[in-house]
Amino acid sequence: MASDRIFGLVATVAALAYCAGALRIQTSFLGDPVGPRAFPLLVGAIAVLCGIAIMVRPDDDPDWPPVRTLGALAVTVLVLVAYAYTIRAGGFLVPTAVAAGVLSYQINPRPGAAALAGIGLSVGLFVIFRYVFGLGLFALPRALTG
Amino acid sequence: MDVLANLAMGFDIAFSPFTLMLAVIGCFLGTIIGALPGLGPSNGVAILIPLTFSLGLDATSALVLMTAVYYGAMYGGRISSILLNIPGDEPALMTTLDGYPMARAGRAGDALVLSGVASFVGAFLATLGLVFLAPLLARVAFLFGPAEYFALYLLAFATLGGFASNNQAKAALASCIGLGISVIGLDTNSGLPRMTGGNLHLMDGVDFLVAIVGLFAVAEVFFFIESHGRNTSIGVRLGKVTVPVRDILESRWTMLRASVVGFFAGVLPGAGASLGSFMAYMMEKSIAGEKGGFGTGVARGIAAPEAGNNAAAGGALVPMLTLGVPGSGTTAVLLALLMTLNITPGPTLFTDRPEVVWGLIASLLIANFVLLAMNVPLVRLFVRILSVPPWVLLPGVTMISFVGIFSLSGSYFDLLLMIAFGALGYVLRKLDVPTVPIILGILLGGHMEDSLRRAMVLSGGDWTFLFSTPIAVGLWIVAAAGFVAPMFLRRFLRKPQAITD
Repeated sequence: MASDRIFGLVATVAALAYCAGALRIQTSFLGDPVGPRAFPLLVGAIAVLCGIAIMVRPDDDPDWPPVRTLGALAVTVLVLVAYAYTIRAGGFLVPTAVAAGVLSYQINPRPGAAALAGIGLSVGLFVIFRYVFGLGLFALPRALTG
Repeated sequence: MDVLANLAMGFDIAFSPFTLMLAVIGCFLGTIIGALPGLGPSNGVAILIPLTFSLGLDATSALVLMTAVYYGAMYGGRISSILLNIPGDEPALMTTLDGYPMARAGRAGDALVLSGVASFVGAFLATLGLVFLAPLLARVAFLFGPAEYFALYLLAFATLGGFASNNQAKAALASCIGLGISVIGLDTNSGLPRMTGGNLHLMDGVDFLVAIVGLFAVAEVFFFIESHGRNTSIGVRLGKVTVPVRDILESRWTMLRASVVGFFAGVLPGAGASLGSFMAYMMEKSIAGEKGGFGTGVARGIAAPEAGNNAAAGGALVPMLTLGVPGSGTTAVLLALLMTLNITPGPTLFTDRPEVVWGLIASLLIANFVLLAMNVPLVRLFVRILSVPPWVLLPGVTMISFVGIFSLSGSYFDLLLMIAFGALGYVLRKLDVPTVPIILGILLGGHMEDSLRRAMVLSGGDWTFLFSTPIAVGLWIVAAAGFVAPMFLRRFLRKPQAITD
């Protein structure tokens, strides 16, 4: 119950914000009868109604995972974000091995197996992407190889 | 015979050694993707699209490869349903109801072969249906103006929200999220930016592939981390594999009926394969009655949902190709593929690029035979692949998703967006909000707004124009009924939940 009430509230506020944003879309003199604002406003208005409906008639709560698992999920997101920033400058091999290893550890907490999975995936995928798909990936940081 | 001439042209294209090879590779990959728990047709096809793109294939070849993967994944989904009691995706859920009990009774091999044959019958009949129905519908679609198209898009969202979800408000909200995202970027009419918040990366809009891979593949990884891969222990051992001729003959009428029902459920825009397998199973269950023993591992209980599910997969291609409106999550992904290849589905596709359509249909027919040949003798090999542990598989899927999206644009911004979609997908699915309408919204939003605005230009701003033709009015009525009716039917048509040990 509580989950859906909060979700409905968040959805309603977000939809209102979206409508407010839609009102600030610039229109041009070359307009058609509808203009660029109407469609987003329509979508936003329907979303507001849906948000209210969810708040008023909530479903049963889902089984949220325990705090520790939520923490693990947060760590995963951070690792993926860091991976997204380093995949270009840091070369393919090292960031991929680290990210894959951490993910593997999160699913099955055995450090040795996770490290092997990370290194194996990193090297294996690099070979496939580089030589089968012909993608222009760099194995190592470009600063090292020049 | 127009159809035969067209088919002959299609086979001409499809029988080139290169295309045949692509079909075989696609079938093989697809079956693996379908069989692996956590990878279904939609996220499997989604993560492969960017990579196919980087191979530099032409439109027909890329399409043949990916539809072979699609059909293959529909076949493969049954393997984990039967052996592990884990449906690879939603339509495969119905197969667990009788498939898993049969496998536990020591007849895993029989169940796999029987379901393979049922899949073949369903997919084959549906492809034939596609051959005859699609050109017909394409001719009708020529009568569609912008008002009709607007109503049709609405119909797709309404039926998708009505049938495929448990809560109408949540499904409608999901559609709005997708449509709202589709607005982001430069407005096609005025050329002015909308809803970008001044962010330059958003000027081109949100790439639907980024959203698809995020919502389908990355979100799945979060679910696996939550469960620590617990739900993936090998369930049933596979004994000797023989062909259960008696079971196959006994369920021949079941397969035929289920194929017809599944095909038409698939044609309905927005309803898709889940509805097909569900309706086929429920129909056969009521025909068999109490004595049929459905749910205890009977042959007809396996044949019905598998034939229905695969027939619906074929049927879903009809609205996708002729109208540009996908009937399921996976066809939404295939529509994304077409749009990436710069092919606009719709009635004009049949006249302007017949080689694409008929080459595709011919390769589907070929893919079907390849899959039957592959799935009966090679089923052991695919079962072995199931034992890849999730702590190798899921990181692998994530890394492939990252490289695929990275290879599209080479920008870290798309990767961040993909992670955000993954997190959003996790939270939404936890809250029982379906994510397929979001994809559909992003894919169709531009077209939907376009048809609305063109309709208003034609009528000079008169809103009643949207209801001015019989076709449009009919579509509005079906849309309203499709959205509202399930609220009342839900009491009678409860989705059966997966059985537990």
